[in-house]
Amino acid sequence: MPSPRYWREIPSRYRLEASRCCGCGKVAYPARKVCPACGADDWKQIQLSRHGRVVTSTVIHVPPDDFLMEAPYAVAVVETSEGARLMVQVVDCEPAEVVPGTEVNLEFRLIRREGHGGILCYGYKGVPAG
Amino acid sequence: MSGIVGYGAFVPRNRIKSEEIARQWGKDPETIRRGLLLEEKSVPGIDEDTITISVAAAQAALERAGIDPKRIGAVYIGSESHPYAVKPSGTILVDVLGIGPEVHVADFEFACKAGTEAMFVAFGLVESGRVEYALGIGADTSQGAPNDALEFSASAGGAAFIFGRKNVLAEVVETYSYTSDTPDFWRREGEFYPRHGGRFTGEPAYFKHVLSASRAILDKTGLKPKDFRFAVFHMPNGKFPLSAGKTLGFSKEQLETGWVVPTMGNTYSGSSPTGLAAILDVADPDDLILITSFGSGAGSDSFVLKATEELPRRRPRAPTVRSMLEGRRRYLTYGEYSKYREKIIVNQ
Ligand SMILES: [Zn+2]
Repeated sequence: MPSPRYWREIPSRYRLEASRCCGCGKVAYPARKVCPACGADDWKQIQLSRHGRVVTSTVIHVPPDDFLMEAPYAVAVVETSEGARLMVQVVDCEPAEVVPGTEVNLEFRLIRREGHGGILCYGYKGVPAG
Repeated sequence: MSGIVGYGAFVPRNRIKSEEIARQWGKDPETIRRGLLLEEKSVPGIDEDTITISVAAAQAALERAGIDPKRIGAVYIGSESHPYAVKPSGTILVDVLGIGPEVHVADFEFACKAGTEAMFVAFGLVESGRVEYALGIGADTSQGAPNDALEFSASAGGAAFIFGRKNVLAEVVETYSYTSDTPDFWRREGEFYPRHGGRFTGEPAYFKHVLSASRAILDKTGLKPKDFRFAVFHMPNGKFPLSAGKTLGFSKEQLETGWVVPTMGNTYSGSSPTGLAAILDVADPDDLILITSFGSGAGSDSFVLKATEELPRRRPRAPTVRSMLEGRRRYLTYGEYSKYREKIIVNQ
């Protein structure tokens, strides 16, 4: 049985579904039940745009086993235009190019394989824009 | 009037030059460049496959179509490199794009013809009125065996087409299919690389099917090569499609727009569909377009399309094929290419 967590997270992983607080306008990704900012529990579902800006980043040189063939690679916290923050790999570039302020498009990619014969796990990664 | 209401393509950013592959195997790069007319080819990243390429192409097609994804009633992905042997590529794509769950989904396979096959069925369901919109995709991340002639051409990319009956960008004027049992290229279950009949398969396989289908659709429509502004034929290498086009009576000017193979390589199920996308990137209203695919085994699908006034209006909503071929690229060494294509075995 593949990991139930991956399955459960499909709406946020595949469609970038997030929610906007009806009380204070905060955007939560993934969606939440209670607003950490104002305590309201009334949310509107939104879909994040596939565009954002790097807030902070690092380069992974010693990766977990599943990412052995990808090292060294950049990982960044990206803020979308809606104000949601997500942590993603930034690919198709030299890892050192990824710095705070780098504009990225979010592209749907293979994140990891669950072992040799397990399921394939997909989600979004950043790619420098332009 | 039924036809294409949205289209999009995707080509990965990694490239390898023909020279780099030739050097690895002690072959003469000039023979490849002049003989097969191949300069470089796209290579999928370690995180790119038929599903991710299909998603990117379909996202662009949705931008251009400007429709609610929930109205798409059928989704077909044609590929010979579906990531799973058992489990559809299409189910992942519909969940990413927000299509369904009220949708008919299937993965198609027919060597390099699977993309136009998906388009053919999608168009048929729309034309019959069974579904409002249907999405047909051709995408591949194919591999040639190391030191095989196919290694210079087998590349990665794809194109997606949404068919509908309202606000079409290109009307489908006619379709035609031509199929026979021809064992020119195959891969048995469990084998990693395909095998082929070598240089003698051109005539009885590629040319027989491509020329027969193209001649028949011209006959069926009463059109002559000079009536078309553009034509694109399946591109297993640079030479074959130009030669097929010339035999049929098309000029270099009619062929070069869709002839994306010298810098993209052969994207198999995505080959002629991506060529069609490159044509839609520049076509003017009322231009006639001929596309003929080829899939080993063997068969060809032909479509005659006519661009409408809507095409120039909605084209700018997504990137063009040429912008992806000529934009940001990363050139790989043969070693990096081997790693990306998982030709290197490491300890787990
Ligand atoms: Zn709030």
